[in-house]
Amino acid sequence: MSLRRLYRRFTGEVLVLPGRTLVLAVCLALLVLPLFHRHPYTLRVLTLTFIFAIFAASWDLLSGFVGQLSLGHAIFFGVAAYTSALLNLRAGLPPLVTIPAGALVAVLMGLIVGIPCLRLKGQYLSLATMAFPIILTGLVFLFSGVTGGELGVSGLARLGPTRLSEYYIALVLVLGLGFIMWKITDSKVGLIFHAIREDEITARASGINTPLYKLLAFCLSGFFAGVSGGLYSHFMRVAGPSTLGVLTSFQPVIWTIFGGVASIYGAIVGTFVLYPLMEFLRVAPEFRTLIFAVLIVLVLRFMPEGLTPWFIDRVESECPRCKEHNAITRRTCRVCGTALGRPPASRAGLFQPGKGGRVAG
Amino acid sequence: MLTDILVTALVNASVYAMLAVGFSLIFGVARIINLAHTAFYMLAGYFIFSFTTVLGLGLLPAMLLSIALVVAIAVLSYRLFIDPMREHEAAVLIITVALAMVVQELMLIFYGGHFRSVPALVSGYVTVLGVRVSGQYVVTIGALVAILAVVWLALMRTRLGLAIRATAQDREIANVMGMDVSLISTITMAIASALAATAGALVAPLFVLEPRMWLYPLTIVLAIVVLGGIGSLKGSIIASAIIALSETLVTFLLPSGAFLKGAFSLGVMIAVLLIRPEGLFGVSFEGER
Repeated sequence: MSLRRLYRRFTGEVLVLPGRTLVLAVCLALLVLPLFHRHPYTLRVLTLTFIFAIFAASWDLLSGFVGQLSLGHAIFFGVAAYTSALLNLRAGLPPLVTIPAGALVAVLMGLIVGIPCLRLKGQYLSLATMAFPIILTGLVFLFSGVTGGELGVSGLARLGPTRLSEYYIALVLVLGLGFIMWKITDSKVGLIFHAIREDEITARASGINTPLYKLLAFCLSGFFAGVSGGLYSHFMRVAGPSTLGVLTSFQPVIWTIFGGVASIYGAIVGTFVLYPLMEFLRVAPEFRTLIFAVLIVLVLRFMPEGLTPWFIDRVESECPRCKEHNAITRRTCRVCGTALGRPPASRAGLFQPGKGGRVAG
Repeated sequence: MLTDILVTALVNASVYAMLAVGFSLIFGVARIINLAHTAFYMLAGYFIFSFTTVLGLGLLPAMLLSIALVVAIAVLSYRLFIDPMREHEAAVLIITVALAMVVQELMLIFYGGHFRSVPALVSGYVTVLGVRVSGQYVVTIGALVAILAVVWLALMRTRLGLAIRATAQDREIANVMGMDVSLISTITMAIASALAATAGALVAPLFVLEPRMWLYPLTIVLAIVVLGGIGSLKGSIIASAIIALSETLVTFLLPSGAFLKGAFSLGVMIAVLLIRPEGLFGVSFEGER
């Protein structure tokens, strides 16, 4: 693709929308941040944010898109963390090998969790998924000779030679994997996932092999969650039973619903807002979790769809005819030319007399 | 050893049954998974601790007062935070978790992380069927079973119970029939939290109080309602018995039982779900929008 076409694409698809421009600006800012600010604590917090953002996005892929609300996502995270930790410690394999290996084990776990869950629906499925990490935790404690029990597996190799390199590895991965996940949801497979969530029976009646696609969702989600688990264990240099804990399961749920479910970027935004906030609240250690919980209650009470949809509603509007998003300042749709009404009171641009909307074609 | 197993299983079964019935009620009527349910159970225990040690009240008035207080708090948080969000199920789930976390953190701030204990209602031992059992256990089991029976009768024989069951079955038609669905939901919330608080109050002298004690019962209650079938009260009670018994057996009979009891109960749950996806007595919500 020539440079001019690339530029045309860039201005035509990214810069037209304030939401996408903001995302681009933030990505660029994160990429150049270490040039200005290299405090190891900040880098550490951001690296962990990136790792957890991958985890949250993987949860959104499964639960937001396919509707299989998983309350036990820690199983993928933890099993990959332990696998990569054990492979690194006992077999001496480098992180470059152990992390993909951990992710593959997590994919296997996706099958193990997914197959029983094929017959379950709604709340039954959520609660059944909750069971798996607890069962595995029991096994971890039972075989504490191998897994190190309460203390976990420690003394692992670092993710990268320096803090800075670890930051960039995590950043590149969150941008890359996040983009891949978004592309999956934006494809035919994503459409099928969407259909399964909305009405599984109709999807089956249309000839879609729903069990296959559900298992695919479990495995894909497991893969990405596994990558984040492996990254986590090598970054923290220890893999303990907390990686399988109920809190680890709930956190991506909280972050994603806060940020906006069923949109990969919502999960990433939610994590980027909430995780550093949790860290920042360390200034008031006794009240930290309390403030965090109160904040979540208040935000969800007033922005029930999540942060990102609320924000997007404020800066972009949807064309009533072609459903494309437009910047809120526009009077006509950039794709089909229909007149756009003033949000939110009147969005029916086509039906306003005297507005003089041009109909394309 | 056999009596230990039996008594522990009975106490656990009654406590779980109280919690599970309340949880099932809220889910059946309001269609929300209230993850803060066991947090109210914990709150009642802590209130009793405060009332007996700080205010010096007798145990029985402390119990009644703390139950009333917990019900008030539960109903208030339901009306303020949960009811307005009914349509957004995902948000409701997170709000209930966050509420539970708020309760946990407040307990941590006010009472510290150490274990607390509450004085027993009756001291001494009783001989039942030729075996010595602690009097407190007998009283607790008796009280729990009696209260469960009362609630069961109320649900099955009174008009209010009929209204609650009708709303649980089909909320829209109940509304059309003239029942104040919103009021019934609030009343159900009050009843359910009263059950949870009573369970907490009755077992406070038996168990130890610590700010994280709500997490494990929550997972078990979830396992129980899934096993018994969401929306079925009979299922909740029977499933509580099954889970409590298997849990106690695992703890006492297997060498590292204490680690495995949670895993075992959940394994049982998954095994049953594989065979019967709606749970043992579950009603299938097929096609519900």
